[in-house]
Amino acid sequence: MIEAKNLNLYYGTFQALNDINLKLPEKSVTALIGPSGCGKSTFLRTFNRMNDLIPGVRIEGEVIVNDRNIYNKQIDIDQLRKSVGMVFQKPNPFAKSIYENVAFGLRVNGVSDEKKIKARVEESLQQAALWDEVKDNLKKSAYALSGGQQQRLCIARALAVEPTILLMDEPASALDPISTSKIEELIHELKKQYTILIVTHNMQQAARVSDYTAFFYMGSLIEFDETKTIFTHPVKQQTQNYVTGRFG
Amino acid sequence: MIHQRTKKKITQAIAFNLFRVLSAILVLILVAILSFILVRGIAVVNWEFISAMPKEGMTQGGILPALVGTLCLVAGSMLFAFPVGVMSGIYMNEFVKDNWFKRFIKLMTDNLAGVPSIVFGLFGMSLFVNTLGFGDSILAGSLTLGLLALPVIIRTTEESLKTVDKSYREGSYALGATKIQTIRRVVLPMALPNILTGFILSIGRVSGETAPILFTVAAYFLPKLPSGIFDQVMALPYHLYVLSTSGTDMEASRSMAYGTALVLIVLVLLLNMIAHYTRSALNKKLK
Repeated sequence: MIEAKNLNLYYGTFQALNDINLKLPEKSVTALIGPSGCGKSTFLRTFNRMNDLIPGVRIEGEVIVNDRNIYNKQIDIDQLRKSVGMVFQKPNPFAKSIYENVAFGLRVNGVSDEKKIKARVEESLQQAALWDEVKDNLKKSAYALSGGQQQRLCIARALAVEPTILLMDEPASALDPISTSKIEELIHELKKQYTILIVTHNMQQAARVSDYTAFFYMGSLIEFDETKTIFTHPVKQQTQNYVTGRFG
Repeated sequence: MIHQRTKKKITQAIAFNLFRVLSAILVLILVAILSFILVRGIAVVNWEFISAMPKEGMTQGGILPALVGTLCLVAGSMLFAFPVGVMSGIYMNEFVKDNWFKRFIKLMTDNLAGVPSIVFGLFGMSLFVNTLGFGDSILAGSLTLGLLALPVIIRTTEESLKTVDKSYREGSYALGATKIQTIRRVVLPMALPNILTGFILSIGRVSGETAPILFTVAAYFLPKLPSGIFDQVMALPYHLYVLSTSGTDMEASRSMAYGTALVLIVLVLLLNMIAHYTRSALNKKLK
């Protein structure tokens, strides 16, 4: 069960999220759409407490992940982030080999059995549909890969620690169309096992990859429904205007 | 219109040529200094010169103890300043909140880098030689030279860490890594080539300094190799100074002085090249 309850977020005095209530359906893809600065990325980052890294952030309300409020004081943030994977806008592989990139999450979480790591690295790369392209070059630097391959490597890296949720912050916006479609195919595969939350500026992408869509505007959740409904018969006029490209 | 355009072109040509001439002058000065030293010094530099003790009131023989002394001092000062400087830089950039106190420390670090080296020498004598009782020794000299190098190492470490993009730190945190793990395994490896630049600059500076070792370690004439960190040693820059201002027979030791200068320059170049090579090798590994 993944849910935001009465969630408010402030950057200093600026309120970036305004009383968000949202239940995310599991093992499906939810797209977060809305114009720049509407709070969708901020909302995404509340699920792994990435906003904690920004000085002056204040959060009220609850976010429930795996039946626990992750803003509870007893929560171990490193443990939480292990169960909530994240893929960023720009591919950000570490300055390490392909193998070590995927192994990183396991190593920092105390796995030292090299056999286990090796098996998990292969599994993750296969899940991210990258294995066949890199299996002979695992020792090579991650920077030798193309942008699209790097992004799939980052997905493999996130999957390696076996998260239950996958957060994707415009994962294809820095990629060419072919790499983009590969990432989208991958999302289709991954939703069988993971609950996926994806921020996107690309309306067609939202329509293609997601089962549910949440429309944000000026820090508020305007409408949430099945993607089909949002794009064909939205209830709110604002949503209608946005998805048809009349503003935003 | 056309007139104006030709005028612009002429101004541009003048400016470019001015820059060209000025850069050429700079290069020429450098070449002049180097060839001057080379021509005057090359005659005395041979295997004996770098492998023998000085003889006959330093007018004959070699400069081995000074060479070894300088190597000891460079190694000793870096052994102290590099870890301390890098750790301070990490602390400053990664752990201290950005407030007036941090800005104050930064300002002081920058000021420290501008303090004349003779002042470091006096401070080193007072603290290490006298108060802590190390005497005139490699230890006291290395620590004094290390202090001199610290600000540069701290500041370059800070700047190098700053250039590592936020997205890599976030990527690491997102996998459940702690702050220390993130710094050690992700941020530091990416910043290391640039940190090494500070290291290179420091080596160059430390090996050529005379004032800080004057009262803390340097010996006028000591024809034996050091056996421990509490020994005094000769050092190349101080040896050069001695040969050219207060030797036993300055006319006779003139060529020895140029030879010493040549060895010092080559040593600095060599150390720089090693460090430079290490840095580009690391950079290549990162790419």
